[in-house]
Formats: sequence, C-alpha cells, structure tokens
Amino acid sequence: MSTPEFAIQARGLTKRFGNLIAVNEVDLDVPSGQIYGFLGPNGCGKSTTIRMLCGLLTPSAGTATVLGLDTRKEAEALKQKIGYMTQKFSLFEDMTVKENLEFVSTIYTLSGKDRRARVAELLTEFNLADRSKQYAGTLSGGQKQRLALAAATLHRPSILFLDEPTSAVDPQNRRDFWETLFELAEQGTTILVSTHYMDEAARCHSLAILDQGCKVADGSPKTLGENIDSQVIEVTADDPNLARASLCKEAQITSITQLGVRLRVLLPKQVTGGEDLVRQNLQQANISAEVEAVFPDLEDVFVSVTELRRAALKKEAA
Amino acid sequence: MKTLLRIFAVMRKEFLQLSRDRLTFGMIVGIPLIQLLMFGYAINTDVRNLGSAYVDEADTHLSRQFIADLTATQVVDLRHRAASLQELESLLDAGQVSIGIYLPDDFDRRVLSPDRQAAQLLVDGTDPIILGVAQQLTATPVAFDAQPRVQNRNLIEVRNYYNPERRSAVNIVPGLVGVILTMTMVLFTAVAIVRERERGNLEFLINTPVKTPELMLGKIFPYILIGLLQLVIILALGRYFFEVPIRGEYLHILLASLLFIATNLALGLLLSTMATTQFQSMQMTFFILLPSILLSGFMFPFDGMPPLAQAIAEVLPLTHFNRLIRGIILRGADIMSMWDELVALAVFMLIALTLAIARFNKRLD
Repeated sequence: MSTPEFAIQARGLTKRFGNLIAVNEVDLDVPSGQIYGFLGPNGCGKSTTIRMLCGLLTPSAGTATVLGLDTRKEAEALKQKIGYMTQKFSLFEDMTVKENLEFVSTIYTLSGKDRRARVAELLTEFNLADRSKQYAGTLSGGQKQRLALAAATLHRPSILFLDEPTSAVDPQNRRDFWETLFELAEQGTTILVSTHYMDEAARCHSLAILDQGCKVADGSPKTLGENIDSQVIEVTADDPNLARASLCKEAQITSITQLGVRLRVLLPKQVTGGEDLVRQNLQQANISAEVEAVFPDLEDVFVSVTELRRAALKKEAA
Repeated sequence: MKTLLRIFAVMRKEFLQLSRDRLTFGMIVGIPLIQLLMFGYAINTDVRNLGSAYVDEADTHLSRQFIADLTATQVVDLRHRAASLQELESLLDAGQVSIGIYLPDDFDRRVLSPDRQAAQLLVDGTDPIILGVAQQLTATPVAFDAQPRVQNRNLIEVRNYYNPERRSAVNIVPGLVGVILTMTMVLFTAVAIVRERERGNLEFLINTPVKTPELMLGKIFPYILIGLLQLVIILALGRYFFEVPIRGEYLHILLASLLFIATNLALGLLLSTMATTQFQSMQMTFFILLPSILLSGFMFPFDGMPPLAQAIAEVLPLTHFNRLIRGIILRGADIMSMWDELVALAVFMLIALTLAIARFNKRLD
C-alpha cells in the first residue's frame, strides 16, 4: 500500500459548545510520517481539535479524514489504527505497569504470542522493565508519561495523537521523550503533538499556531519566521525598564518582550527603517542601548500572529 | 473471537481492580452480615415484653388470676404495680410504660355483667404496632370457673402455614436476599463507569476498539460472581444461624437470583450512563433502593398497600424477586409456577441493558 501524501486532512473543522466556538473553521494538511505540532495557549482549541480528529467529538461543521477514513462515520474503524495519549494520565492507577500494558494488548486483540513479546519489548524500550510490578499510580511524572506513550504505541498505530504530553515532566525527560518521537517518526508514524512550549514546537517538522479556536498560521518553523508580517528588532539596554517605558510611547510598535537585559521589539513589516525608528526613540530619551534587526524566532512568530490578529479584531469591533 | 478477547480483557481488569479495592470488598461481605444481624435480631415484628404497669383496685382472686394470665402471654412485662389510676397515667406520660392495665374495684361484678367492660387498657397509641398488640390482649379470656365460656369462642380459626412459630426471621431472611442484592449490585455498577469517567480512564477506553456491549458485559460479569457470593453468605447464615427452612430447590434459588442479579447490574449500568459523578450515581441508587425496600413487600405486605403503591411496586424488580425467593425458600414452590415473575425480571433487564448500551456513547459529546 502506498502511503498517501497526507495522513490527516481537515476542511472547515468547527466545534461549538453552546455559544462558545472552541474550534473555528480549521483547515489542516498533515503530511504522512511527520511530527506536526499544535502550538497555542490554554483554551485555544488544541485538545478539542485532537479529540475531533480521533473521532471522540463530533464536529459541529466541516469534515476531517484521518488515514482516508471519515471521522464522523468511520470512527470505530479508525480506533485500531490510531494511538491517543490524553493530556491527563488515563491508564489505571490501581494496576501495575505490566498489567496496564497487558490490558491494552488484549483490548487491541494482539495475537497471544505477539502480546507477550510486545509487552516485554515496550517495557525494555521505554525503560520500565524494573518498574513492571509497580502500581501505575505510584510512578513519577516522567515514568507515567513513558507508560502512557508505550500504551499508545503498543498496537503499532500509523498515527499518534499526543495532547500536551510533556506538561508534567522535567527537562531531561522531555528531551528523551522527543528522541523517542523522532525514532517513531523515522519508522513512518505520523505524530500530531500539541504543546505550549516554544522549544518543543520548534522541533516539529511543521506546525499550526492556534489562537482562540482559529488557525492563525502554519508551516515549518523556518517558513513561519520568514513569512510573518513583523520585523524584529533586538534592543540590549543597561536599564531595560527605562527603554521599555520609552518605546511604549511609539505607536508603530506592536509588542515588546523582555528577555533579561534584552528587549524584543516587534513592528509591522511595512514600516521602513524600523531599526532607525527604535534607535532615535532611545536617543531622544537619552538611553544608551544596542539596537539590531534579527531573524524572528518562533516566539516572535507566535506573538506577532496572535497580537496582529487580536489588534485587527479590536479595530473591527471599534 | 476478538469480541470474546476484549470482553475477557475488561473482565480481567475489573477483577484486578476489585481485588485491590478494600472498601468495596469490605462492602461485599460486610453489608450482608450487618443487614442480616440487624434485621434478624434487632428488628423484630413479633412484639414481646412491652413495658407495662397495672392497678388492681379489686385485688380479688379473679383479678389476680387475670393479671397472671396476661403475664403468661409474655406480651406485657409488668414492671410496676401502681397505687392509683393517676399514677398509672403519669407512668404512661413519662414513657416508662407503653401499656397500663386498670382493674376497677368492682372488677368481679363487671365480669359477670354481660354488657359492661371489666377492665381498661391504657395504651401509648403513638406506635400503631403497640396499639395492635393491645387489641389482641382484649381477647384474653376472663371468667369464673363456673361460668360457661362459650360466648368467648372465636368464630374463625387461624392456621399458620409455613411459619408456625411466627418467627419474623423466616420472612425477613429471604426478603433480605433481594434487598442486599439490590443495594450492592446497583451501587457497584452505578459507580463502575462513572468512576472511570472521573479518573479519566474512560477517555482512554473509548479510544480503543472495544465496543460498548463488550465493555458493559465485561464490567457486569465479575459482579455476577460477587452477587452469588453474597447469596451464599446470606443463605448460609439464614439457614444455620436463624434456622430459616429452605424448602425449595437450590437450583431454583440460583436461577432466580442470577436473573435478579443481572437485572440489578443492568439497572446500575443505566444509572451510570446518566450520572456524571460518583456522588450523583449514589444518589440515584438511593432513589431506587428506598421504594424497593418500602414497597416491594419486604417491609409491608403487598396486598395491604393502596393501588398506586402497588402499581409502583410492580415496576420494581425487587417486588418480583421477593415473590420468587419467598415462594421457593419458604413454600418450596417450583420456579416455573411463577414464570410470570421471571418474565417480568427478564423484560426489565433487557430494557435496562438496551437503554444503557444505547445511552453510552463512545464519543465525549
């Protein structure tokens, strides 16, 4: 069977809960075998979108096909082919690590021989062998997360949905976790992962930025930086607070973010000589600072697309 | 084949979790024990030894004989002999006695006179059961030895079938089988799915290929065994501790109980699809349990209830099971002679299970 170009496709995907529009007309094209990220703040519709793609929630409007299957009508057929790791640990805390994996292997009806082999294989692979008799409820955050990923990949799904998988783990575990994700992607698994960490989003092959239920940008981390409607000026000042106060008066500036002694200043792209504008502003206020135009990173992209959109919405409302 | 494997997976999981849930396990054994001892000993509808006092103003041979006769019934426990009617009333007011017996000084003459009452019973009427007992006491015969007793003879003779010693345990133990099974079976399953929803397990489960009927059956099965375990506990205690005669076939008891257990489990599953928290599902369980205890014929005879209560009772599984189990255990009835009760239970179970499966959605919305 030839792999189709896109593992997940969605058109106009919408979910309303009463008056609240949780997901608003989202279009998605997730290429097969890639790690695709959903970046956005809490409540932006990441989880709801993932649940719709898994067939756990029925879309209010729009369509989604996952592995060529319609999530509205063929959700049950889809279940055998996808793995889903929930945001909250959803395995059984009063069962041991091994019992949990054995349960999962039986519920996915792996053959008897394969079942035992696969459980043993995963215990080693996810570094859980010495914990196999421990109750899942007593595991640490990182161990729970490894167990959850092992359970989600046990039946060798073609697509993995991971809903904020690293929200409760330390940096070292996060690094190891991402190593595992890349290995899985290497083997051909498509991975859709939601996160609110910029560094994680930057590791994805491509990503979509969600804000208030809308997809505000998508592409690879690099193209996203190239395509934003903002220019980024970095200001290094001895007294960043003073510099900030002075720059705030500048009407053209859309956003200022402080990083230690540095300020990242965002201006719309069409403003010419943005670097000079900032420099003059600071000179007039007698503040000594280094000013330099830089290439936007993912955080700049995120701030830019969300701020610009919110500003536009405000203008519309006024 | 895959279906069986998935049912087996759910079943095994339930057993594992159950074996680690000490509270539930304690309830499985504890509830039958406590209820049986409570109802078997404390709650006794054959009233004996009611605290009583008497005033014997006559103090004749006949009046003393009458008091002795009353004492011999064991219904009253004559704790005080009061000096006057006033003292008797104050004892009653103080709640020290429930029945006061007043024999006036012309007791002998009154006994001889056909149209005058010889004695008075002062009764604490706030408890209808005591009042009923007092009514029975009025039938105590009193006469001079020479006097013919013919006029006191009852016209209708009562023959007590199945429970000649009039022990309430005989009636209560079989009834308790149903009450305890309703209480525990509905509660356990009502909580079963809600608990997984609360803990977040359900979001994982519904994303696996397990089908709704597979999940439901896998969850029910372990509890059927628990229900049978409780049945054995109750029957063994009833048989050897309270000496309740088991006149029917054990196989028939088993069949009727299996059907009843399944009905309650289906009902519990239905409740669990409606509740969102464990607390809610417990509230709903009580909504079923209370009418079951009061209306099913466990506490009060079915035939004595008003038509509306009877109509409600007919839609409670416990009513039908009580008829079955009392019939089999106490009267030695054949299960097939009560086939209509079996059909009622089966219909109830099928409706509850179908609704539960239909209501349970493998989606979150």
